[in-house]
Amino acid sequence: MTERGEALVTVPEEGRHQRVESEPPPARGERRSLHGYRGLTVALAALRAGPPAILMLLIVVLSVASDVFLSLENAGNVLKQSAVICVLALGQLLVIVTRGIDLSVGSNLSLSAVVGALVWRDQGSATLAVTAALATGTLVGLTNGLLYVKGRLPHPFIPTLAMLTAASGLALYLSHSETIQGAPPVVNEIGAGRIASIPGGGDVGWFPTAALVVLAVAAVMVLVTRSLVWGRWIYAVGGNPEAAVRNGIPVQSVLISVYVVCGFLAGVAALLMMGKGDAGSPTSGALAELDAIAAVIIGGASFLGGRGSVLNALTGALVIAVLRNGLNLLGIDPNWQYIATGVVIVVAVELDVVRGHLESRFRSLQAVSAP
Amino acid sequence: MTTAVGTLPVLQVRDAAKRFGAVVALDGVSLDVAPGEVLALLGDNGAGKSTLIKAISGVHRLDSGSVTLDGVDITNATAMSVRAHGVETVYQDLALFDNLDPAANFFAGRELAGPSWLPRGLRLMSHRRMAERTAELLDRLQVRLPDLDATVALMSGGQRQAVAVARAVAFSSRLVILDEPTAALGLRESARVLDLVRRLKDDGVAVILISHSMDHVMAVADRALVLRRGRAVGQAAPTAENHGQLVAWIVGAADGRAV
Repeated sequence: MTERGEALVTVPEEGRHQRVESEPPPARGERRSLHGYRGLTVALAALRAGPPAILMLLIVVLSVASDVFLSLENAGNVLKQSAVICVLALGQLLVIVTRGIDLSVGSNLSLSAVVGALVWRDQGSATLAVTAALATGTLVGLTNGLLYVKGRLPHPFIPTLAMLTAASGLALYLSHSETIQGAPPVVNEIGAGRIASIPGGGDVGWFPTAALVVLAVAAVMVLVTRSLVWGRWIYAVGGNPEAAVRNGIPVQSVLISVYVVCGFLAGVAALLMMGKGDAGSPTSGALAELDAIAAVIIGGASFLGGRGSVLNALTGALVIAVLRNGLNLLGIDPNWQYIATGVVIVVAVELDVVRGHLESRFRSLQAVSAP
Repeated sequence: MTTAVGTLPVLQVRDAAKRFGAVVALDGVSLDVAPGEVLALLGDNGAGKSTLIKAISGVHRLDSGSVTLDGVDITNATAMSVRAHGVETVYQDLALFDNLDPAANFFAGRELAGPSWLPRGLRLMSHRRMAERTAELLDRLQVRLPDLDATVALMSGGQRQAVAVARAVAFSSRLVILDEPTAALGLRESARVLDLVRRLKDDGVAVILISHSMDHVMAVADRALVLRRGRAVGQAAPTAENHGQLVAWIVGAADGRAV
């Protein structure tokens, strides 16, 4: 704590010092402030690499501590266990970038899984079951968006909190509080299957099909956030909603759209969950929203909006999964997993706070040394 | 006082009046701005400068009076349609997207993207074309930024102001309204923004400049119009010999001649 405090105080001192000194002889002074610049640039680059650095550190520590950790089979386990969090986190990312939050994704997952399993049990059609699960998720998301934007509720916390309890209640009601056994074979394949053609896992394979789903969703999300106009609008709305209105960006549609996508991805996650358990359980998504939010935050997205990337959110989800897996392998009490997740959230955000301080320092240094 | 260029005015405001309840914010103000002319709006706090520019840019509706742009009546048009007519306003808050780079700021809401048969939101952005256009524009305005890929949050006050002004003129603007563009800036950065104003003028863009700094007004403005309690109380060229007169009008120590 004190070390960081000192660092933050000394950096500005240096900056101010240089400015005073550098004013009369411009050539020498400029070189000096460029020096301060470079140090900051390196520090900033290190901090911006934050989430992957945390993941790498975890992997290194765990592979030293456990012989099993680095095996392909265990890697497959981690990927399979993280798939649901990854998909939920990618939806949550878009919402958080717009300064919002979706607390309902866990309940939405449960509801979508129950609806999918019920349709499969009663109709016997895989197509119908999958469509029903995805449609349920999307509809819940649309309702969230409409309640927030058109219902003018003051913060997305409120409609999505209401949806958390409502969707959860509906899932329990529809399923009579019981797990609906059975899921379409294609869903089982996606949620629990392994791809034998990827070498290293013997006849069964080690690479989970669910990871392919995550990769596909992530690829679409990268396209959306980096290349589509809509993706740019999502970041613009998060960065400065008022300026977005002034620039003619359809802010309301953009806001509704992110909740729709988040809901749809909760439906996708429901399919993965159904496949994993060969069932639709009304409590299968309980507390999953917290994992998703934690993943996005560990991934360096800002609650203040406008900042966050797909790959970092995935990294955040993997950090949570690797942490749980590693503590499991080491035979540590499962309750420590939750405590450890809490610690990682605080560390990740604290690093981000330091990054913010350094960036503003960077700005004032730049003003001094600009030609 | 004649206008700087002998052409028709870009903007004409006639007898603009606006009340907020019992408070008279504007009480029959008229003004003209010609292409390539820099008009400074002076006045104490509450004199009506902000109300006037907000009425021009479509944020406030006038109770009476008219605003015409190139002969087209834009009185009480919406803010979006005033912008579409080529009037850009840079407010003190700059309205930048701090999380985006300069190119993304310039093209926010009007991204260069295709193909055109897709709905606007689903089009693929052309990052390269937007970056090129941005670099061209900044080059023309001689704005130098250390890193075009950095987010605006990482830039200094003057650079941010320059980006906001450049964005305002990026899209074939006829009139740029600058609200206190140098208020938060140091000496060197102020000088750079004033240079930018001169370049707008050279490009034939009309400029309305609100500033509390008489030095800055004297440095770039062709004409200064003084508002006091919602009325135009006088106008003069902002020169050294008129300095005393302008200040007297601002503080209400002397009656200005009618406009």
